Amino acid sequence: MLNNITLGRFFPGNSFIHKLDPRVKILLMIVLLFTVFLSANYLSLFVNFFAIMLFVSLTKINLKTYLKSMKFILFIVLFTGMLNIFYAKGTAIFKLGVFVITDEGFNNSIFVSMRLIMLILVSSLLTFTTSPTSLTYAIERLIRPLAKFKIKTHELAMMMTIALRFIPTLLEETDKIIDAQKSRGANLETGNILNRIKSFVPVLVPLFVSSFRRAYDLALAMECRCYKGGEGRTCMKILRIGSNDIWAILIVFGLLVFVLIINSLFPAVRL
Amino acid sequence: MKNFIDIVDLKFSYNNEGNNAKNILNGINLNIKKGEFLAILGANGSGKSTLIKHLNAMLLPTKGNVFVNGINTKDEGKLYDIRSTVGLVLQNPDNQIVASIVEDEVAFGPENLGVAPKSIRERVDMALKLVDMYEYRKSTTYSLSGGQKQRIAIAGIIAMQPECILLDEPTSMLDPEGRKEVLDTIKSLNKNYGITIVLITHYMEEAANADRIAIINEGKIVRIDAPRIIFSEVAFLDKYQLSIPTVVELIHKLKLNGLPLNNMALDERECVNILKKYFNSLE
Repeated sequence: MLNNITLGRFFPGNSFIHKLDPRVKILLMIVLLFTVFLSANYLSLFVNFFAIMLFVSLTKINLKTYLKSMKFILFIVLFTGMLNIFYAKGTAIFKLGVFVITDEGFNNSIFVSMRLIMLILVSSLLTFTTSPTSLTYAIERLIRPLAKFKIKTHELAMMMTIALRFIPTLLEETDKIIDAQKSRGANLETGNILNRIKSFVPVLVPLFVSSFRRAYDLALAMECRCYKGGEGRTCMKILRIGSNDIWAILIVFGLLVFVLIINSLFPAVRL
Repeated sequence: MKNFIDIVDLKFSYNNEGNNAKNILNGINLNIKKGEFLAILGANGSGKSTLIKHLNAMLLPTKGNVFVNGINTKDEGKLYDIRSTVGLVLQNPDNQIVASIVEDEVAFGPENLGVAPKSIRERVDMALKLVDMYEYRKSTTYSLSGGQKQRIAIAGIIAMQPECILLDEPTSMLDPEGRKEVLDTIKSLNKNYGITIVLITHYMEEAANADRIAIINEGKIVRIDAPRIIFSEVAFLDKYQLSIPTVVELIHKLKLNGLPLNNMALDERECVNILKKYFNSLE
């Protein structure tokens, strides 16, 4: 059941987007998120959505995978969408008893849902196409200036690498423990929320215990392989900004400028 | 042959303060030659794992000394020289993998040693080819089978260009297929590349491949000998709660039942030959 989570996973590939420098990808993702939130009318929202779907298709990863990553957040999208529809004051366009749908509310809910969806798509775009190691390596590079403020950038990056590496392992283990507890008669699926949370204790305790054992083993294995922190460490992969990266930067910034132009040419939607 | 690893009167207990603390290792003397394949057998809790953790300075002796290439493992300045000379592969393949991508995982060791990026790439490719996992270099580590993960762990050690690899029950969590893969890799590293192997195992069939077998009991080495000699003494193996390889047991039982077989078999082919000879002699 837990194996279906695709959010934050990496799918190896050879596409244009896969090959981009991870530092460039991270920065461009931030720019893209800005563009999404800057789009003030339906046209710019559509242009944004179209561009993102184009990037998604460029990754050559099945669209279903993206949809799967959205499954868990769909509830939030629907929920905020529904709330926004009813909780806005303005000109009413639809009335049914106490429920009043206003023009502003309608626009608002579409904008919020679309922005959330695009948010997930953009972040999936990054994590699906970038291996966790190069992602953390890029983050390590990007936050390196912070070392001046005595922040241990290498240690942070190493922690992230290991955390990402152990997500699938721990998920698998959780599944196993759940099955083991069920086979002993544990009831994990019925009852109210409070009972269900309580019934998860027998799953979490063994998970914690085994995680400590894993951590001990991993530390041992890392020491055996001469790990001594970030000092004097080299990296196999050298990041270089190539022509592909420059094209990507031009495209994304072009999109940002385009969205800003549309925003200034057409009136913003009342929210 | 010059001794590669010298263990001199090694005693070890986890509790340094109490003098009456029970020693886990109780006076071990052992020499390991370069290029040798040594198997260590012993019941659970006999001190096997504690012993091999001394060989790459993961643990330091309470009394006595361990020398690797003439360097005392207590010499802190040489710690990383020792660890890059003698690598350790652990039992659980899931717990010793650091990175999510195969080639990044193999590169971890040389990266720590500060090797130049270009030669890391060469070492990684070489190591992956040696364990026959080159075509998986871009895959994610969690999607591999147990045997493949364990071979990646071995490649990660090989990339540090060690002279010796210690393996602490590397096959005990694997299925028969994975066990064979890993054992074949170990054998090939020993035979074709002259890498010294120290293997702890519970599988007698694996130990039968070694040049020598050391049997440990209660922190002491009770016997070091060639597999052919050790496995011929069934009563001795029983005494130290060690199982007997299937082929050895077969020949032994046939002998007990009065068949006039005088040879001893270590693997299936030898066993078949002995039986063939016996049947031919009947005609």
